[in-house]
This record gives sequence, C-alpha cells and structure tokens, in this order.
Amino acid sequence: MTSLPRLVVRTATAILLALAPLLLPASTAAAQTITSPRPTTFTLSNGLAVVIIPDHRTPVVTQMIWYKVGSADETPGKSGLAHFLEHLMFKGTAKHPEGEFSQTVLRVGGNENAFTSADYTGYYQRVPRDQLGRMMEFEADRMTGLVLKDENVLPERDVVLEEYNMRVANNPDARLTEQIMAALYLNHPYGRPVIGWHHEIEKLTRADALAFYRRFYAPNNATLVIAGDVDADEIRPAIEKTFGQVPRNPDIPATRVRPQEPPPVAPRTVTLADPRVEQPILRRYYLVPSAKTAAAGESPALDVLAQLMGGGSNAYLYRALVVDHPLAISTSASYQGTALDPTQFSLAVAPKQGVSFQQVEQAMDAVIANLAEHPVPAEDLERVKTQLIADAIYAQDSQATLARWYGAALTVGLTVDDIRSWPDRIRAVTAAQVRDAAKTWLVKTRSVTGYLVKDTAPKPEEKRS
Amino acid sequence: MSFTWSGVTRSVFAAACFALISLAPVPSHAAAKIQHLVSPGGIEAWFVQDATVPLVAMEYAFKGGASQDPADKAGVGNMVASLLDEGAADLDSRTFHERLDRRAIQLSFEITRDTLRGSLRMLKANSDEAFGLLHLSLTAPRFDTGDVERIRSQIVAGLRRDTTSPNALASRKFLQMAFGDHPYGRTNSGTLDSVPKIEVGDLRDYVRRVIARDHLKIAVVGDIDPAKLGKLLDQTFGALPAKGDLTPIPDIVAAKPPQRAFIPLDVPQTVVTFGGPGIARHDPNFMAAYIDNHILGGGSLSSRLYKNVREKRGLAYSISESLLWMDHSALFVGMTGTRADRAGETVDAINAEVRRMAEDGPTQKELDEAKSYLKGSQMLALDTSSKLATGLLQYQMDGLGIDYIEKRNAIVDAVTLDQARQVAKQLWGQGLLTVVVGRAPQAAAQPAAARPPAH
Repeated sequence: MTSLPRLVVRTATAILLALAPLLLPASTAAAQTITSPRPTTFTLSNGLAVVIIPDHRTPVVTQMIWYKVGSADETPGKSGLAHFLEHLMFKGTAKHPEGEFSQTVLRVGGNENAFTSADYTGYYQRVPRDQLGRMMEFEADRMTGLVLKDENVLPERDVVLEEYNMRVANNPDARLTEQIMAALYLNHPYGRPVIGWHHEIEKLTRADALAFYRRFYAPNNATLVIAGDVDADEIRPAIEKTFGQVPRNPDIPATRVRPQEPPPVAPRTVTLADPRVEQPILRRYYLVPSAKTAAAGESPALDVLAQLMGGGSNAYLYRALVVDHPLAISTSASYQGTALDPTQFSLAVAPKQGVSFQQVEQAMDAVIANLAEHPVPAEDLERVKTQLIADAIYAQDSQATLARWYGAALTVGLTVDDIRSWPDRIRAVTAAQVRDAAKTWLVKTRSVTGYLVKDTAPKPEEKRS
Repeated sequence: MSFTWSGVTRSVFAAACFALISLAPVPSHAAAKIQHLVSPGGIEAWFVQDATVPLVAMEYAFKGGASQDPADKAGVGNMVASLLDEGAADLDSRTFHERLDRRAIQLSFEITRDTLRGSLRMLKANSDEAFGLLHLSLTAPRFDTGDVERIRSQIVAGLRRDTTSPNALASRKFLQMAFGDHPYGRTNSGTLDSVPKIEVGDLRDYVRRVIARDHLKIAVVGDIDPAKLGKLLDQTFGALPAKGDLTPIPDIVAAKPPQRAFIPLDVPQTVVTFGGPGIARHDPNFMAAYIDNHILGGGSLSSRLYKNVREKRGLAYSISESLLWMDHSALFVGMTGTRADRAGETVDAINAEVRRMAEDGPTQKELDEAKSYLKGSQMLALDTSSKLATGLLQYQMDGLGIDYIEKRNAIVDAVTLDQARQVAKQLWGQGLLTVVVGRAPQAAAQPAAARPPAH
C-alpha cells in the first residue's frame, strides 16, 4: 500500500540477520557447496569505500550509498535530525532541481528510496544497468550539493510528523517499544527513537538540517555498494569521475565515539497503558554485545540463541508457552547484531486472554534458565544452524538484499571477511557457547521488561472539554 | 495493510531486454525462456530454469479463496491456509515442522479473495523432501484439535486487535460499503462471531471443494531440470481430485460513488480509505486505466496525489492508490493517514485531484513518462526467482498468454491520450466512496500528536 519505508526502525526485523553472508559452503543438510568470487572492494583517494557485488541474472543494477551517520550521532535536543535530513535529501541541488533525480529514475522504470537507523543513513536506486552512470552522477552531486528552502523544508517536517503519527502515535506497541529503549539505555543515544521525539521533531529547522548535512555527508564518511549486472573494472572509471571528484571532509573523525552505557545493575520495568489495547504484550529487552563489540564467537552464539528461542514453530519459547502449555498466542526472539555499540536481544510474548503477565514471565524465565544451565541438544543446534546458513543462500536470490547486508555491516565497522566468514562462525558455535551466552547476557539486571496493557481509566480529554 | 487481494502489485512486468541479456556472460532470468511444462501426468506449469542460485521457488494457486467461505462462517479458507502446514498424514505438527526446519524448507499458504495460494522455496538438494511434504499437506492435512484451537486463538486475537485498529476498521467498512452482502464485502479472516463457530468439518469440506486440479495454476523458477520437476509435480498434485466443487460467485459492480462513512476512534492520525468501481483485467481499456492510476496515485514518489497531498501540503506521510481486480469485480482503492485536525483538508485535496483526473485526464507528458516507466520497470520485477515465479503465476490467474511479457510493451505503447482521458472520466468521474476513521472533527481540534494521557 505504501511506498517503501523511509525509515528503518531499529526494532524492525528487516536486518535481523544482517551479518549473514554472501556465498558460502551450503549447510550440511544442503549437502552442497557453492563458491562465489569475493566482491570487489577499493577505496578512492577521497576516502569513499566501494563494494561491487556481481549478479548477472538480469540487466539490472542497485546503487546504494551508506553514510556513517544515524540517530545516535545527533546532538542532544535535536532528535530525529538524521531521519529528517534523509527526507530532505530529495529536495534537489543547484545542478538538479527538486524532482529531476526521482523523475529520471522513474522514466527508466526504476525505483528508489532511503532509510535511516541509529547507525546509518542510506539511499538507493534500482535501475536498468545502462542507467548506472547517471545514477552515480546524481548521487555524487547530492553528497554535497543539496539546496534547501523553507518552502520545501517546512511541509516536509509536517510529513515526518505524520510518519511519526503513523508509526508510533497510532500504534500502542510501538509506543511501548519506545519506552523500553529509553529505559534500556541510561547513557547511550540508542535510547532515543530513530524518528525522534515529537516535541523535538516539530522544532527542527532548515539550518539544523544543513549543519548536520555539512558535518556528516562526505565521501570519507560513506560506503558505496553497487550490486548487479556490472563489471568492477568497467565501472571504476565512472565512479572516479563522479564520486571521486567530491572533496573529503577533513573534520570527520576516523572513529565514531558515543557515550557508553555504565554496567547495568538493576532490572527495569515499564508499563504502557492505552485504551485501544485489545491484546496485551510482554516485551523483554536485554543489553548485549553487537557483532562489533562482542568477543570472538559471542555474536554468532547470540544469533543461534535467538533462532533457538524464536525461530519457527519448534522454537523453545513457542513450544513452552504456546504448544505445550496454553499460556500465549505467540512468541518471538531476535538479536540485532549489526550495530556499532552494545545492542539488544529482545523477546516478546502475547499472553492468552485470562493468563497473567506473571504466568507467562515465569514460563519465559524457565526457558532462559534452562538454556543457561544445560547445553542444548545436538539435534536442535544442528537444526537452527542449518536454517541460519540457508538464509544466506536464499539471500543470494536478491541483489538488493545482498547490497543491504554488505552496506549495513561495513557501515558499522565490520569487514568483508567478517561477512563472508559468518556461516563458518555459525557452524562453529558449540552448545557450551550457547549456554554461556544465555548465562552471561540474558540476566535480569541487564534488562527492561515492558508491559502493554489496556487503559481503562477515563480520558483526561473528556475532563478538559 | 489490510487489503490482500491478488493482483495489487504484480502487474508491472514485461519483456526483458534481449540485446542486453545476450551480452550477459551467464544464464539470465530472461523471461524469454519461460517454458510451458506439462508433466507426464498432465500437470501444467510455467517454468524458468535458472541455475545461478542453487534454489527452487514455486508459487501456485487453487481458484476459490475466501469468497468460497460459507456465508455464516467467514474465515474458513483463512483458517485452512493457516493450518495446512500444521501436520499431515502420520506427521504431527511438531514433526512436520521439524522436517521443514531441518532442511530449511520454506512452505506457506495464504488466502486471497479468489484463491488459496501456496509458496514453496527450497535449496536445490532438498527438492524431494520439500515437494513430498507439500504433497502430504495438500492431501492429508490432520487438523488436530490442539492445533486448530491454537491457530483459532491466534486468528481471534488478531480480530480483537482489529477492533481498535484504524486501518483495519477503514478497510472493513470500505468493503462493506463497496460490496454489501456479496462475499467480497467480507474480510478474508472472518469475524469475532464467525471464527469461533468454524468446525473441523468445515475445514475438511473447504479442502474438498477447493484443493483440486481443475483450477490449479503453477509457476516454478530455479535450479531444477524439467524432467525432474515434471515427476515432482505429478507426485505432489497428481493425486488431487480432478474437479473441485466451487460455489458460483455472482459478478458485482461496486457501489456507486459518492458515499461517505465516518467511524469515530480516538487516534492521533486519521485514516482515510477512498475508492470506487474499477476496471476488469480483460477490459480493452485496462492498460489505459493502469497508466492513469499510476499517474494519479501509483506507488511512485511522483504521483499527483503524492505531490499535492504529501509534498506540497505536508498532509500525509503515505498516500497511494491501486487498481484491484478480482474474478467477479474490480475496484480502485487508495489509503492515507493524516493529521486529525486537517483530515477535512486532506479529503478535499484528494477529491480535487480525482476530479481533475476525471475532467482533464493526464497530460501528454505525463502519459509519455508513465509509459516509459511501465516499460522499463519490467526487468526490475523479474530480478529474483521468487518475484519471477509470483509474476508468472499472476499472469496465469489473469488469463494472459505465456507470451504476454513479450507483448506488453506494445500494449503500453498503443494507449492513446484520448483513450486515457476517456477511461479517466469513466473511472474517476463519479467521485469517491470514502471512509474516515479518527477523531470527530470537533475533538480533532485538540493537539494532533499523541500526548501522554496524564502529566
């Protein structure tokens, strides 16, 4: 119904397995091995990192530019600015006025969009391959050439406020998640919503956006991913001629440093009440290492743990709370490994009518305790590894998915080798490592538990009128 | 969103660019290579063999979707679709899922208005197991009590949530307004009254009536040879009954616009659904209408509605309109979400754009650009095995020829400005069926954004 999202909310599952790789020896069950050439990578003299992923099935190419800036890089008080700027990047340059870029993409049958997360902001176009040169020219031009006027900035701010209303204000579960994240992060800006707080979004200005743009948008703060029916040697001159001409910004620091979390010491709970809640939900978020911050082997173990707990009908939570005991309607578990700083491992349960939060929480905690005490059976471990590794093969079917995996991983500071070795590292995860991951990281003091409940109190609005 | 009609977004395809493909160094997904495969047992499929990635994707559909639900038991088809992967023959739900998971086989079912659809994806090496499990699920579903009740409680929970979801409320009301008591006026998932009444006998009866060979369409793309595929198709579908037993569904024209409904709900963002009678897929003017709709509200970031409601006025984040076609009717439907205190302004802006399209039609420039888009976008719609299989299935459901992809550009080119104007008048000239869900205009004068209920 809608165009593709302009926003990748951190809690979305879209990049759940973002570390998963390109090509790899297939799973044991697949009994098949495939190999692929390594994507071509190089860095231009102005600092732009380039990744080229071949896919010759269809004469189509995907261009994605990833900036190493997201909501966690915003100045306090200006929440939502990274995402607001993402919207404004469609407002044209001196060379190409508003609409020209988009119209060019459309005229050739292409599509385009953009997305923002806590760690990155990205823009992409999918076009017939003979259009790639023009796409490079447009995208390189708007890296530093954006022109903003109040007459298009202010209506766009209203658009973002409507996006907030659609995604958050109208959605009680999203409002709960916002509260959980704010409670989980005591000091790190991951606690701020990617879309921003409403009272701060409504005050963002053209000047704020331009200052942020000049501070963060430069070739030495970006990764260009090109996936599709191209040859790296053939397109490199065009990359040099377009992106290569954009001057580097010497003021951008080589490393991204954000305020870090103190050791978590207290379990927290939040309760969000809304009169529209017809299905209560319990969510538990733990602060855990990301692929970037984890010790060797730890992040793949968390991937396996999430799959064991939440992947499909035989996942431990689903079996314990839905199938074996009729306590819940549905369950889920996920681990967001692709992040610059310590990230979240999240669980969710929708209790059945008449079942208390206490009952489902006890059952959930029993599953976790069991995982923390006993090594998982070999056959379960094998099953979830097969699923995780197979996902990487399924992903090869889509050049856009591949471009997204590489772009996200490289933008948070991982390497091509990290991505390509992911299946091997999944395969190497032992039952003891999974037990240790559960024992070390799924502890209550590291967590926030959120409860979504129906608000039955009379509304304050009625009193006012 | 809540509309799950078939054919909403699958219509943009056509011939891949042969010149470029011939230069490609490895086998391509070229639509030119679609085979009409007939298995030894007579099962037909559209098939593209492609070994680039070691996987196989199959999409298939049985005619007779949610519209085959008994009048007092809306939601039967949806419940069947939700239960077909919950155990079959001597494999209970747990064992069945274990077999799927162990080989990472992706097997799922979905109900649409006119079809029960299935999707099967597997790594190449697992094709025997994947097709074998599908065969069991189609021919010997268990419908064990525990599983039925578990799935029922999930569906009921979703229906309860829908009672306070502005999007769901708007969609439901729109269908009722458009189709009244006709089966298309019901929602696919049923109601809080109907779903609790559904019995295992209803599920079995639905399977008997719908899962048959006579209206089965299949599309397969991937790394498998035709002889092997033919054998697997026979093993999977060959034992199904030759004929189903479908209840005839009358054709219906959607209610005549303009009509309006308002549903009060205390939410910060007001949801607006709008639409009217559409155009049949086989109508000679279909492509002209498709182009007009693309210009007015198609999914791009450049449609008239996008420009005038979102970009210029900042009234909405998301606004778009689609043509929907079904076996027995057709609609155009749009949806947007807008600030509560400006909902009136948004509805006025939408009406103004619809009126302008009806009165003047597109400009020559808009028509040319839309044609250029539709012709170019074909390749992008074909770039994954799953997308290609989905598209090939849709063409079959729409009754198009296997050479449609090659013919499509010429069909697009043949649309004239006069024809586009004439169709625009026919489609949008009556005004709109409109459903608004949100705060009453007076209450909406309160601050638009969500405020915490108490400070």
